[in-house]
Amino acid sequence: MSNETMTAGEKNKVLDIEKIRNDFPILNRLVKGHPLVYFDNAATSQKPAAVIDALVHYYTHLNANVHRGIHTLAEEATAAFEATRDAIRGFINAAYREEIIYTKGTTEGINLVAYTWGRQQLQEGDEVIISGMEHHSNIVPWQIVCEEKKARLTVIPVTDKGELDMEAFYTLLSEKTKLVAVVHVSNALGTINPVKTIIDAAHGKGALVLVDGAQSSMHLDIDVQALDCDFFALSAHKMLGPTGAGALYGKKQILEAMPVFNGGGEMIKEVTFEKTTYNELPYKFEAGTPNIADFVAFRPAIEYINELGKENIRKHEDALLSYATEKVREIEGIKIIGEAAHKASVLSFVIDGVHPQDIGILLDNKGIAVRTGHHCAEPLMNRFCIPGTIRASFAVYNTLEEVDKLAEGLKKAIKVLK
Amino acid sequence: MTNSKSIPEIEQEIVEDFSLFDSWDDKYEYIIDLGKKLPPLDDAFKKEENKVKGCQSTVWLVADYIGGKVIYKAESDAIIVKGLISMLIRVLSHHTPDEILDADMDFINKIGMTSHLAQTRSNGLRAMVKQMKHYALAFKGSKFNA
Repeated sequence: MSNETMTAGEKNKVLDIEKIRNDFPILNRLVKGHPLVYFDNAATSQKPAAVIDALVHYYTHLNANVHRGIHTLAEEATAAFEATRDAIRGFINAAYREEIIYTKGTTEGINLVAYTWGRQQLQEGDEVIISGMEHHSNIVPWQIVCEEKKARLTVIPVTDKGELDMEAFYTLLSEKTKLVAVVHVSNALGTINPVKTIIDAAHGKGALVLVDGAQSSMHLDIDVQALDCDFFALSAHKMLGPTGAGALYGKKQILEAMPVFNGGGEMIKEVTFEKTTYNELPYKFEAGTPNIADFVAFRPAIEYINELGKENIRKHEDALLSYATEKVREIEGIKIIGEAAHKASVLSFVIDGVHPQDIGILLDNKGIAVRTGHHCAEPLMNRFCIPGTIRASFAVYNTLEEVDKLAEGLKKAIKVLK
Repeated sequence: MTNSKSIPEIEQEIVEDFSLFDSWDDKYEYIIDLGKKLPPLDDAFKKEENKVKGCQSTVWLVADYIGGKVIYKAESDAIIVKGLISMLIRVLSHHTPDEILDADMDFINKIGMTSHLAQTRSNGLRAMVKQMKHYALAFKGSKFNA
């Protein structure tokens, strides 16, 4: 924070945060008798009324199965469902709408690539590189497929500051590398990784790159063509949208060459008992009746973000992060985990002699929601020799006053616990 | 130390203790205080086989069977959990396996703990009670085998 005397209340000039807060009905509720302070946004974001209304509207006016019927409801439901695909395409600047595969979320997107591309392409002796700050969802699928194909899984180490050791990455990268799967923004540390550098280096060795965009999609401008990534996975629920909806972006020619994932309805062209031919992109990867309502309601979330503007969102979140970092640093015994030069809206820390769970319980008693634990990144916690951290993660609807409440809550909790 | 009071009597005592508190702040302070007072478990007992599964923090639980009574010792790396364990030990320790197996442990609901602790944490509490009852069951079996 540039101005140390800046007080809570004097905040971003561009966005009217109070107005934004009014768009999120859940922010009005009380928790344990206190106004909710929601700092668990890296786990899932809250939803604006536009998203909630879209869900209700869908079931009230549009509900029908998509792509099948010729009746009015089916056509309207299909149009609403497919409109989200165009919105996602625009949101990440993909070249073609058929490069957007609907998934349940980031985890399913990564699994889809592992089970189709991975099983088809990986051979004995090949290597897949991940990083030491991956979420379990970008570790386990690669362990499974590497074990099956006798390929080797290697890991880019993480420095004490919580950044990727890029020198080590260049050493790991070789002609044997077939894929680099790396997180864009770490859910546990907030580190923004230099994915463009990684992608260019990997392509230089003929390897593909999958970017786990679960945390980045709400905060950073995503341009998959400029990044030149081969796959990009995201989740709607981390970016103001509903749970159970997400997208996998893949370059068209790669997706076309990939074998199918799930078999069933929708993904087929013709079925006989002798042979089935498959539908074209993106439908060949979308077997069965999809999560229609949640995809329909994902579009207003994207529109909401677009309307606020990512740069404005980032400005506000950066202000929250620096203010929180400063406030938390003042508290004796706190050690911040993850002090990368480039971070996005995640503040992870430990406190001398205090278990994160105790802090989580006492903050919850004040209506403050933080995450405590290993954040589904156990190898990363082991790297820092800690069982877990306390993580406050910020979103556009959070305020500096709420950060003050967090700091106060922490001080009180530490006093009681020590 | 023997326990002259029955399990339901001790449960009732705890419920009455808690009824004196006006706020959850006070309740937590009391639980934290219990946690701080819980005697540490010898490091020799802090091994994998004594860990209670299902807890977000680490809980070690051991039990002895002396003179027909089960005696529990436990520790955790988190203080609030330690305070909760301390209450469980106060209720169940120094009773016979049958008394322990019959205990409904309804005091946990009555003091509002289940509604106040998030699902994950009350799962941990349940896991501890389950493990304590497992010990009682095992000792009961050994009694009949002996």
